[in-house]
Order: sequence, then C-alpha cells, then structure tokens
Amino acid sequence: MEHTVISATKFNAWFGDNHVVKDVSIGIEKNQVIAVMGPSGCGKTTFLRCINRMHELIPGATGKGSLKLYDDEIYNMNPIYVRYKIGMVFQRPNPFPNLSIYDNVVAGYKLNGLKVAKAEQDNIVEKSLTSAALWNEVKDSLHKKGTFLSGGQQQRLCIARAIAMEPEVILFDEPTSALDPISTASVETLFHELKENYTLIIVTHNMQQAARVSDKTAFFYMGELVEFDDTKTMFTSPTDTRTQNYITGRFS
Amino acid sequence: MTPIESEITALKKEVVSMWVLVQSQLNKAKEAMVSFDKDLAREVLIKEKRVNSFELKIDRDCENILALHCPVAVDLRFILAALKINSNLERIGDIAAGIALFIIESSVNFDQAAMESTSLLRMYDEAINILSDTRTAFEKEDTVLARSIFKRDDVLDDINENAPATIGAVIKADIDSVPEALYMLSVIRKLERVGDQSKNIAEEIIFYIEAKVLKHLESSKKKFEGEE
Repeated sequence: MEHTVISATKFNAWFGDNHVVKDVSIGIEKNQVIAVMGPSGCGKTTFLRCINRMHELIPGATGKGSLKLYDDEIYNMNPIYVRYKIGMVFQRPNPFPNLSIYDNVVAGYKLNGLKVAKAEQDNIVEKSLTSAALWNEVKDSLHKKGTFLSGGQQQRLCIARAIAMEPEVILFDEPTSALDPISTASVETLFHELKENYTLIIVTHNMQQAARVSDKTAFFYMGELVEFDDTKTMFTSPTDTRTQNYITGRFS
Repeated sequence: MTPIESEITALKKEVVSMWVLVQSQLNKAKEAMVSFDKDLAREVLIKEKRVNSFELKIDRDCENILALHCPVAVDLRFILAALKINSNLERIGDIAAGIALFIIESSVNFDQAAMESTSLLRMYDEAINILSDTRTAFEKEDTVLARSIFKRDDVLDDINENAPATIGAVIKADIDSVPEALYMLSVIRKLERVGDQSKNIAEEIIFYIEAKVLKHLESSKKKFEGEE
C-alpha cells in the first residue's frame, strides 16, 4: 500500500536460541506516530532495532520473515542505506562528545564519507536544528560542544542529527526516560511537529506518554504483538485482556 | 490490590451507600404518601442534604482519581460511569424529596382507591424495584440484569401515558378531589423520571463493563445490542 511505510509479515527475531520476537505482522502508515509498549523483555526494543538493522550488530542475533520499507525488503537492502532512511534516537542523549553542535548535526554525512558543500552543510544544519526545535536556542553557539547543552537540548540535537539524513522513519527507544518533565514536554511537542514530515515509532514505558503523543499503539507481550489499534481505542476499550491488564497496572 | 484498584473499590462502596440512601428516601416518601405521615415526609426533606453531600463527595473522589491515577480502559470507564450514576442518583433523591414536599403541602391525604385506580401504587413499587435491581446489577456487574431495566421501564411509561385518563376519571368521580388528584398526577410524572434515570444508570453499567454505548438507541436495540 502506498501509505504503508513499514510492514512486517510473520517477522521473528532471536538472540542465539532465544526467540524474542514471534511472528509479528504489522503495517505502519506514513506520517503517523506509533507507540510501542509492553513489559520489559517483551521484544519491543528488539523489534525496533530490527527495523533499522541494528539488531544484527549483536553477535548471535538473527531475524527472519518479511520486514519492508515501502516495497523493499529491509534485510535485502544495504544496512547503511537502511539507517539513512530509518534513523534512531536512543534512551540517553548521545551527541558525539568531541564534536561541536554543528558537526554533530552533519556527523552522518562525515562519518560515511559523503561530501557536502559548505553552503549545503550550513543549510542542512539550520534546517535540521529548526525541525528539532533547537535552532533558536543554539544558533549563536553552533561551534560549542554538543555536550554543553542540557539533557533535553542534547536529545533534540540527536533528533536533529537523525533528521539531517532525511529519513523516512525515525525510531525512538525510550527517548525521554532520562529527561526531566520540562525537557520531556519539549520532546513530546516536537513529536507532534515531526509527524508532518516523518513517521515516528516510539518505544516507551510511559503509558501516559504513549497516550499523549501517538496515533496508534502496539502492545507486545512475550515476543508477540498482542494488539495494535488506534491509541484512543487501546486506552479506552482494548480488545485483549492482556492489554487491559497491562495498561491498568494489573499485570502479574 | 494496586492503588487504583483500592480507590475504585472504595468509590464503588461509596456509590452503593448513596444508592441505599436514595432507595430509602424513595421508600420513605412512599410510606409518607400512603399513610399521609407529614413527619416522615419532613425526615425525607432533611435527609436530602445527606444525598447532596454524597454527590459532592463522589464527584470529588472521581476528580481525585482522574488527577492522581490517570485511569485508562475499564478503570476510566468506571470513573466516567460513576460520575453519571452519581448525578442520576442525586436526581432520584430530588424526586423523593419532591414527593415528600407534596405530602407536606397537601391538606388532604391521597385516597386509597384513587391510588389503586390510577396504578400509582403499582408504579411506585415498580420504580423502587427497578432502582433496587439496577443497584444489584451495578454491584454484581450483571449486564443481563441491567438490560432487563430497559423493558421494565415500559411499565412506568404506560402508567404515565394513561395518567391523564385515570386522573381525569378520579376528578370526574369527585370534583372536590382536584388538588389531591393533581398531586397524584405530579407523583406519577416524577416516578416516570425515576424509570428514566434508572435506565440511564443501566446504560452506564453496560458502558463500563462492556465498553458499549447504548445511549439514544431504541429500547429493542438496547436489549439486543452486544448480545450476539
């Protein structure tokens, strides 16, 4: 389908013999914010890391089944290209400590040896930082180290770094769990703005955050995708008892 | 038990306590009407303040749970239902107080034969039974019993529809009974509202247990909705 950006069909993932993602089938539409939730060890982060081929970086980790970016099988694509198209932001802000704010934004180009003219680089930096709602705060200190920024600003810098590569999808692995409530609010506001141009998939343990920011929510349990529906439905009348028990805190 | 489960259990107990009080108010108003006991009618008016206090307390408890526990799914539906049931019960409390006020204001007692011929007593008993069974449905989370309320309300509606004729007959038989007959008509109108309020409550019970919205559906559809 034209509007489906990421689709999985009976996708499985393992760590050695440990089967952590089981027969997951899902279709994620363009320009939507998807929240992925579930108890620790349910396979949600592993599934996320499969989407941009980071799972296979762990020794013994494997994936099987169909996982597509539009019509292309992700596991048949060049992994570097996959990571251009599917960016990722992690739990803790991780700007390169020795690079300036400016160089952090264009790090994806530099590290991959992609030559970009200075004027074009300036344009990418301004555009990416503006999209990450950080430009006004850092435009006068672009050549200071990224690590001088606050936690929330650093996380937005990481988002700018992902945006700079012009991805289709951005994956977020608990992106605000290390941030204070004010920084969390600024990142959540940013999600709302980013979905105009990107598809966002967010793994979160914060159910209120999932409810606030996402259009659709997926609930994983013991490696299975138990339920995937509109967030409003998931938080008012979920179909599966396991989903209801999890979101109401009655999970044993 | 999780903190929100404890809160919801306490809230449910509170709603049931209010329900028991409202039922007692309706019963006493009936007793005051039948025995023309103005003292009992005054007691109903005094206790109406307790019904109002319950309403405020339950509203505040719901507000606190929403603010502090961010309920979702069945918990959220329960809180939303409890808020509306609270409001409906308070109105039934008002109805009981309204009937008690008629007894206080009336200079003559209601004629037993007239109360029989207009089906007022039968209507009153059925209204009390409906309210009681709705409470049982709430306590036992019994949606079959809740659905039965929609049909039983028809009995109250029929008596209410026939009221102009039956009350007219009472007046024709004794023109001096006009004030008393008009009070009886007012009581019939109020009891019809008890049926409506109970129906609203039954809808809320089904909403919170089954996540089905039955509001504004015809009675026949309400009965079958979700039974497949």
